[in-house]
Amino acid sequence: MNARAQTYMWVAQRASAAVLALCVVVHLATMIYAIRGGLSAAEILARTRGNVAWLAFYAVFVLAVAVHAPIGLRPVLGEWLRWRDASRDGFLAALAILLTVFGMRAVLGVFL
Amino acid sequence: MIGHTGTWAALVHRVSGILLVLFLPGHFIALGSALEGADHFDSFLVWTQQPLVKFAEWGIVLSLAAHLGGGLRVMALEFLPWRDWQKGLAAAAAAAAIAVSLAFALAL
Repeated sequence: MNARAQTYMWVAQRASAAVLALCVVVHLATMIYAIRGGLSAAEILARTRGNVAWLAFYAVFVLAVAVHAPIGLRPVLGEWLRWRDASRDGFLAALAILLTVFGMRAVLGVFL
Repeated sequence: MIGHTGTWAALVHRVSGILLVLFLPGHFIALGSALEGADHFDSFLVWTQQPLVKFAEWGIVLSLAAHLGGGLRVMALEFLPWRDWQKGLAAAAAAAAIAVSLAFALAL
């Protein structure tokens, strides 16, 4: 991978991290608030169904994760599993797509 | 000692990140089950009431909080001019992560 691509990945990783920092704080606070007294589908869906603000928030959250996780995993695969050839980037691209598709499906699942 | 702390902080950041990547597909599939109706979703939520699942949930919340704290530490080190207080960031991140996970455990 050339230096330019590595720079783009570094920027994407830090930019997604900044978005995720905010998302994770909101997510943790919501979770701790929501689980008091137990969780039920009705309670979760009452909060999220038809709520465009939550839809937008979680869509951004999912997209930031889909960028952040594969880039973060890349050096781990290289250093710990010695997986450094081109197939590693193919795997990571597939992971990004998987996280986007399943993540958006989850977001729609609690919105629709 | 500071180098040692940094090594531990990097290891925790890495391991928590791996755990989160492994957890996320399952998390998304579970939430996506709401598409098949609230009953489907509720049957999954009943499954999560088991003590071992709750313990795993606590572990993943701790991982999320630790990864957040560790990530904020990395960005503070990279983007802010170096100050002596930054030596305490790893401890602050650990303390915040444990506090968040305890708040979650108490609410469970």
